[in-house]
Amino acid sequence: MADWPRYRDDAPVNEPAVTLEAFLEQPEAVAVRIEPGADVRELVPHLARLKLIEVGFPAFKDGRGYSAARILREEGYQGELRAEGDVLLDQLGFMRRCGFDSFAPAEPIEAAKAEAAMDRWPHHYQKDAVGTVPVWAKRHG
Amino acid sequence: MATMYQYDQYDQQMVDARVAEFRDQVDRRLSGELTEEQFTPLRLMNGLYLQLHAYMLRVAVPYGTLSSQQMRMLAEIARKYDKGYGHFTTRQNIQYNWIQLKDAPDILDDLATVEMHAIQTSGNCIRNISSDQYAGVAADEVCDPRPYAELLRQWSSFHPEFSFLPRKFKIAVIASPGDRAAMRLHDIGIEMVRSEAGELGAKFFAGGGMGRTPMIAPCVREFVPVDELVSYSEAILRVYNRWGRRDNKYKARIKILVHETGADEFRRQVEEEYERMQPLDLDPPRAELERIEAFFAPPAYERLEDGYDTDDPDFRLWAQANVTAHKVPGYAAAAISLKPVGGIPGDASAEQMDIVADLAQRYSLDEVRVTHAQNLILPNVKQADLHALWQELEAAGLGTPNLDLASDIIACPGLDYCSLANARSIPVAQKLSQRLSGRERDLGELKIKISGCINACGHHHAGHIGILGVDRKGVENYQLLLGGSGAEDVSLAKITGPGFDEDGVVDAVETVTNLYLEQREEGERFVDTYRRLGMAPFKEALYG
Amino acid sequence: MIILTGNDLETGDVVWWTGSGWSRRVADAAFVEPGEGPEQAAGIMHREMTSRAVNGAYEVDAEDGEQGPVPSHIKERMRAAGPSVRPDLGVQAEG
Ligand code: HEM
Ligand code: SF4
Repeated sequence: MADWPRYRDDAPVNEPAVTLEAFLEQPEAVAVRIEPGADVRELVPHLARLKLIEVGFPAFKDGRGYSAARILREEGYQGELRAEGDVLLDQLGFMRRCGFDSFAPAEPIEAAKAEAAMDRWPHHYQKDAVGTVPVWAKRHG
Repeated sequence: MATMYQYDQYDQQMVDARVAEFRDQVDRRLSGELTEEQFTPLRLMNGLYLQLHAYMLRVAVPYGTLSSQQMRMLAEIARKYDKGYGHFTTRQNIQYNWIQLKDAPDILDDLATVEMHAIQTSGNCIRNISSDQYAGVAADEVCDPRPYAELLRQWSSFHPEFSFLPRKFKIAVIASPGDRAAMRLHDIGIEMVRSEAGELGAKFFAGGGMGRTPMIAPCVREFVPVDELVSYSEAILRVYNRWGRRDNKYKARIKILVHETGADEFRRQVEEEYERMQPLDLDPPRAELERIEAFFAPPAYERLEDGYDTDDPDFRLWAQANVTAHKVPGYAAAAISLKPVGGIPGDASAEQMDIVADLAQRYSLDEVRVTHAQNLILPNVKQADLHALWQELEAAGLGTPNLDLASDIIACPGLDYCSLANARSIPVAQKLSQRLSGRERDLGELKIKISGCINACGHHHAGHIGILGVDRKGVENYQLLLGGSGAEDVSLAKITGPGFDEDGVVDAVETVTNLYLEQREEGERFVDTYRRLGMAPFKEALYG
Repeated sequence: MIILTGNDLETGDVVWWTGSGWSRRVADAAFVEPGEGPEQAAGIMHREMTSRAVNGAYEVDAEDGEQGPVPSHIKERMRAAGPSVRPDLGVQAEG
C-alpha cells in the first residue's frame, strides 16, 4: 500500500480533472472536479468510467465535500477520490473515513504528521466509507 | 452509584485520545504552527471560547445528568483553574469564565477521570444533547429518554461527515407530552413515543431554533422505530450538510433550510435519503440499545408511602414551589434554585457545588440534574427526607423557594461576560427578582427570560415575558416581549413596542404583571391571560 | 482616538498596547495613529500577532481621561475593568 498523500496502488491519473459541466458533455473524460455546491449524484450514472474525482475544499470550514465523498462511495465509486485545497492536518482523519484516498493540500503537510493524525483515534463510533468496525460492533462481537 | 451511563474502555479511550489531540493542538497554537484562524474551530470543538475577559470553557453535562463525584470535579475545576465558580447554562452545561489556554488540556484530563469532557460543546457540529431534567422519574414519561440521548451522543461524537456543518446543531430528546426541554426550539427535537401497537419509537421535529429568526420545529416524521434513530438522524444531517446555506451565517441554521425549502419538500428529501441509508445498516443492533438502557434501569427504590409533614410554614413554601412529584410512591424530585433573589442566575460557587454533591450522595441516590432553566434537581429524594434536605439547603443559601416563579429568571451572561452582547442581562435579572419576589406567589407561574443580544441564549423568544438587550447608539436598551413559551404550549413571544432603559424595563415588567393581576380569570397564568386578551391592552398599559 | 487591545495568547488576559508592550491596565494604553506603517495601528497589530505577543488584536475608540485612556464603548470598559456584577473579580478588584 502506498502512503501519504495517496493511499492507492494503481497508477495516478494524468488527465486533467474537468468541471462537472464539462464532464457531463465529454463522454471520454475520466477525471472530474467537484465544487462544494454541486450535486454529486449527477455523477452516479457515470461512476464506472471515472478514474479520478477531485473534491475541492476552497475553505476548510465548508464541510459539503465530506458528504460528497460518502455519497460517491455509497454509490459504489472505486476510483481515486482526492481532497484538494484547504485540507488541514486536523481534518485528514475525517476525510479518510469519508472515503478520500488521496490528498492535495494547498499547504504541504509532512507525511509523518499526516500519518499520526490519521491514527489518532483508537476507535470510531460510526460506520463509515472505509469499512471501519464501529465501537458498537466491537462491543457485541 | 448514580443511575447513569458509565464509560467502557472504548468510551474512555476515545475521550483520552481527544484530550491528547487537544493538548497537541494547544501546543501547536502556542508554538505558532497553527494560526488563530486555524485553531479557532479546533478549540471551539473542545468548548473553548475567547470571551470578554479571558478564555471561557464550556463543559458538557450530557442530557443534564451528573453524579456527585462529577459535581465534585466541577467544583474542583472552579477552584483550581477558575475563580471559584461556574455558570450553569440553558443547554444544561456549565461554563467557566476565567480559563487560561495553557491549562485547558489539564482541565480536560481532570474531567476525563470522571467520564466528562467538553467535546462538541461549541463549533459548527452536533452539540451536547439535552433532555428532560426529570427523565427517569417523571410520572408522564413513556420511557426514560436518556438512553436514546446517549445513543445519539455516541453517534454524533467525532462524526466524520458532520463535523463541519453550516452552523451549530442542537438536539433535544424527551419522552413525555410535557416538554421541559424546549424540544421544539431545537434543530432536531425528538419525542419518544409508543405506537398504537405499543412499539417504542420517536417522533422527529426539525428546524426549530431561536437566534434572530426564531422558529418552532415542524414534525418531520410521526414515528421512527427505536432501532433506526441513528439512520434517520443521519438522513436529516446529510440533507442539512449538503443544502444548508453557507453564504450567510445568520441563515445557516437548519431552520432556514426547512423554512426556505418548505417542510413538505424537506421531509421528502429526508425520506429519500433515509431510504438510501437502509441498506447501509448504520444503526447499532438491539443489543447495544439494551446495553445502554440497562444503565438507566430504575435504582433500588424502597417501598414507601406518599405524604410528608408540612407544618413548618417556610418549609411548606419551598415544598410547594420546588418539589415535583415522582413516579415512585414516597419519593420526590427537589429543585435547588440557583436564582437567589438579587443573585446571578445560574452561577454556583465551588462550595455550593460541593454541598450539592454531598446532598445528592446522602439524599438523592447520588444523582443531580441540570435544568434548562439554569437550576439543579435532586431527582430521587425520599419525601420523608425533604425537610432535612431543605434545612441544609437553607443553610447553604440554596433554599430559594421560587421554581417557575417570577424570580426564577433565565438570563444569559450578557455584556458582563459575553463579547457578542449588546447589553447586560444579569443586572436586569437582579433588579427584576428584587422587584417581583414579594408578590411572586400571587403571580403564579411566570417565566421571564433575558438575552443580552439577538442570539437568544437566554431564550427570550420563549419567555412568558422576554427581554432582549439591544444597543441604541452605544447605550444599553431593552425590548420587551410577551407571550412566548418553550414548553408543550410552545409559542414565540412578540415585541411590545419601543424599548426601555434598564430601570424602565423593570418598571415595564411590573406594569404588565399588574395588568395581569387585574384581568386574570380563575386559574389563568400570565401567559394564558395574555393569550386571551392579546397584545393591545398590554401595549396600552405600557405606552398609553 | 484609538488604542489597541487583544488577549494574551496563553492566559487569555485582556491586554492593551502601551507603545512598547502589553499591559493589563487600560490606563497604561498608548494612543496610536491609524495606518499600516510599522508604528501605526495595523502595523503594530500585525507584528505583535505574528510574534504571538498578543492574540486577536483590534482597535478601540477611546477618549483621554484623567487616569489615561478610557474606551468609548461600554463593552471595552467592561473588558478593561471586569464584570459589573462581580466587582470582586478582574482588574477592577486589584485596586
Ligand atoms: C458567553 C458565550 C456565548 C457565546 C459566544 C454564544 C454564542 C451564541 C450564538 C452566536 C448564538 C446564535 C446562534 C445562531 O442563531 O445561529 C447562540 C445561541 C444560543 N446559545 Fe449561546 N453563546 C454563549 C453563551 C451561552 C450561554 C451561557 C447559554 C446558556 C445560558 C447559551 C445558550 C444558547 C442557546 C439556548 C441558544 C439558542 C439556540 C438556537 O438559536 O437555537 N449560550 N449562542
Ligand atoms: S444572547 Fe448574546 S449576549 Fe447573551 S450569551 Fe448569547 S451571545 Fe452572549
